[in-house]
Amino acid sequence: MRKGFSVRHQPGFTAIAIACFALLYLPVVTLVVYAFNSAPSVAAWGGFSLHWFEVALTNSDVIDASVRSFQIATVAATLATVFATMAALATTRTRRYRGQTFIYAFINQPLMVPEIVTAVALLIIVAQLKAVTGYSGLGYLIAAHTAFCIPFAYLPIRARLENMDLSLERAAADLYAKPLYTFRRVTLPLLWPGILGAFMLAFVLSLDDVVITEFVKSGGQDTLPTYMLGQIRRGITPEMNAISTAFLLLSVVIVTLFFVVSRKRT
Amino acid sequence: MIRANRMTLLLAALIASTGIAHAEGELNIYNWGNYTSPEMVKKFEQAFDVKVTVTDYDSSDTALAKARQGGSGYDVVVVNQVYVPIWVKEGLLMELDPGQMENFKNVAPEWVNADFDPGRKYTVPWAVGTTGVVVNGDAYKGDADSWSIVFNPPEELKGKVNVVPELNDVMAAAIQYVGGEQCTADKAVLKKVRDVLVNAKADWIAMEYNTIEKMAAGDFKATLAWNGAGFRARMKNPAISFHYPREGYGVWSDNAAVLKDAKNVDNAKLFINFVMDPENAAMNSAFHGYANGIAGSEKFMPDTMKNAPEIVIPAERREGGQLQRLCSPEAQDLYKRIWTDLRK
Amino acid sequence: MTSANDLTTKLEAVDARRRWLLASPALLTIFLAAIGPLFIVLAYSFLTPGDYGDVKWQFSPDAWIGVFFERDIFDDTLSLATAHVDIFWRSVKLALITTVATLFFGFPTAYFMATRNERSRDLWQFLITIPFWTNLLIRTLAILQIIRNEGILNTALIKLGMIQEPIQILFTDTAILIGMVYVYLPLMVLPIYASLERLDFRLVEAGYDLYATRWRVLRKIILPLAKPGIIAGSILVFIPAIGAFVSPSVLGGGKNMMFSNLIELQFGQGRNWPLGSALSITVMIIVMAALLVYARNNSAKDERHA
Repeated sequence: MRKGFSVRHQPGFTAIAIACFALLYLPVVTLVVYAFNSAPSVAAWGGFSLHWFEVALTNSDVIDASVRSFQIATVAATLATVFATMAALATTRTRRYRGQTFIYAFINQPLMVPEIVTAVALLIIVAQLKAVTGYSGLGYLIAAHTAFCIPFAYLPIRARLENMDLSLERAAADLYAKPLYTFRRVTLPLLWPGILGAFMLAFVLSLDDVVITEFVKSGGQDTLPTYMLGQIRRGITPEMNAISTAFLLLSVVIVTLFFVVSRKRT
Repeated sequence: MIRANRMTLLLAALIASTGIAHAEGELNIYNWGNYTSPEMVKKFEQAFDVKVTVTDYDSSDTALAKARQGGSGYDVVVVNQVYVPIWVKEGLLMELDPGQMENFKNVAPEWVNADFDPGRKYTVPWAVGTTGVVVNGDAYKGDADSWSIVFNPPEELKGKVNVVPELNDVMAAAIQYVGGEQCTADKAVLKKVRDVLVNAKADWIAMEYNTIEKMAAGDFKATLAWNGAGFRARMKNPAISFHYPREGYGVWSDNAAVLKDAKNVDNAKLFINFVMDPENAAMNSAFHGYANGIAGSEKFMPDTMKNAPEIVIPAERREGGQLQRLCSPEAQDLYKRIWTDLRK
Repeated sequence: MTSANDLTTKLEAVDARRRWLLASPALLTIFLAAIGPLFIVLAYSFLTPGDYGDVKWQFSPDAWIGVFFERDIFDDTLSLATAHVDIFWRSVKLALITTVATLFFGFPTAYFMATRNERSRDLWQFLITIPFWTNLLIRTLAILQIIRNEGILNTALIKLGMIQEPIQILFTDTAILIGMVYVYLPLMVLPIYASLERLDFRLVEAGYDLYATRWRVLRKIILPLAKPGIIAGSILVFIPAIGAFVSPSVLGGGKNMMFSNLIELQFGQGRNWPLGSALSITVMIIVMAALLVYARNNSAKDERHA
């Protein structure tokens, strides 16, 4: 071998990769920096200030929207993770049975359809339901979010299930453990990091959703993203930057949690 | 296991909170974006111990569509005068009889009776304004008192003009530009209008509602916009000025009303009465930059507004103001088709 | 012997039923809130538009005709709906360019991540997941603030003396493209990284031992092995890109419409729900067709190699 020749090196790849990472973070860092701008426009720098954070924190619309986002995300992510776990258990580690591919395709359908189409479909159906039942609470949003979170929760749980060692469960069966007991004491603990990871992914996706929520929401049901979309369309102030910074901080926390949980190799 | 139990409890609490209702009085307002003074809202909240939520809408069409669906959850809604007859006809507004309210006597005489709400049964004035041309004087120094800025931009402004995507305002302006009659359904005239619009679009850079900030930041150098927006933009950037086109310009009012399916009717009525008070109306005007149709509010308005060219129409242009009105269904249908052609 | 077979089939049937039951909440939710509504959209596309939005329940093929043709307002002639074709073309074009661009930038990035040592690999994964899990609206807003006339990019270029006047980037197709590439890049990197992580570099080494150049090794060994990741990434980028809503809304200025904006218009100022429904179904058909072509192409290739 030639001296110093690295099998892994490809010319230019490292440079492009570093550039990509830098460019990925540059806009976001700029956004955060300008959140501390005392000038009211995002164009000129007027000096360091926490003013916009104060504005955002005392803005009751922002608080309302954030709380609502969290409520919807928690419920939707929980439901999605539970349903997805059940579905994953149903479709893995088995010989082919009737309808298995169908279930798989069905569950992944939300991934295959552009969001705008689902949003429009839900707009229509929710309009009808509102007229018929008179209910216009958060239920529609929660159902919609659960639906599109399920495939995202399903895939990682299924992957983890397929990589799991069956021998532990077989051992439990050999020891005359009932299936439900085996599930609770052996399968579930092994699966738990995968389930937590899936929950976090679903939670983040629900928090982030813009299009479907925008079309399905009723009066006064803004989530944080739809509130921001409205503000962006009408007039951007550094308050948006402050809100974005807070949101970003939250994402970093969740991603860190996610990595801590996943790194627990069982 | 104990950890799991605690987590379950936390989860249950979060889920339960989804259903908890607010204990104090509530009011939900549905209005144009950036159009409700937070200061005025706070004053109302404190005076009557009511929690107010303001939801913004982008365009009159969105508002109408949302309300028609029913179950919108809003109590008070602010509607452009052209749309008021539609809302009334669709049975969306509650018959208020604001004439009985305490503060109704403050409504300016010219707005007491309205074509669009005869006898003022459903609405009260929220804001009164005009539609015109806003120009950044640094980018263009010539005569800007004409719709040609928008429909046939001069060289310096080509590719820098924005047009607010509000159907009625743009159509009215285009008709005025070609010299047609208001609400005309004359196909020859409308063909000219369509051609003017479609050709002008090539010189536009955007069709957005966000004129104040984008004019101030220099993303747009000129725009078709409303006088209040022009005023606020000038406050941010003194080079900006508002102009009344000599071909004619639109005059309109936005009006507050109560939705028929409102849940907080008493609070809604309190609010309607509240906005007719001169001091409160002035507070609102100070925020959104428009006049308000409430007599006696002038003395409470900020000095910057009292003699602003955006609020006080120059004498030579007074004649050109055209009060907006709802056109015949035939005309409306033609306008809608031209508009869709334009926006595609 | 037959009774044993009967027993196994019976057990299998019971097992299958139990599995269906387990999967049912997921299936039901998705049917009610994702697939089922699509049928209603299809139904709506055959109705008449109401006066102020919504629909009148009478049959009309106008919506579907309106997808492909337009009737001139003044002389009633029917012609090809060029505006729709323009928007369709812009959406497909931008989605394709986005996919290629994210591939061009994403592949080296994923490769770089996969060739780090074990410990730092976690760090790089962490660094790429953060933008991925950051709200798309926030990321688009960040791009807006950079490319606008008084934004960082223009201000920097003017200060460096490279340009006199700010370059108009915002409100153009380029702005939308920049926004989409920025937002979808992590979606391309992660699947490719997953593929490349499993790459056995001894195969690469073998290539070099046989005196192949770096370029040949890349083309003939690395790329084919990374193919599943590349395909997954391309699909994960192309589908959201063609239906993108936020990027054209915020960065396009209302003039450069993509599919989703056109559809939104029908439910707003266009007051034509049936047309909006028909357009939505059209988008779906296009996406399904693209997926089918891809799937068929893939299995054909696999057969050839086998």
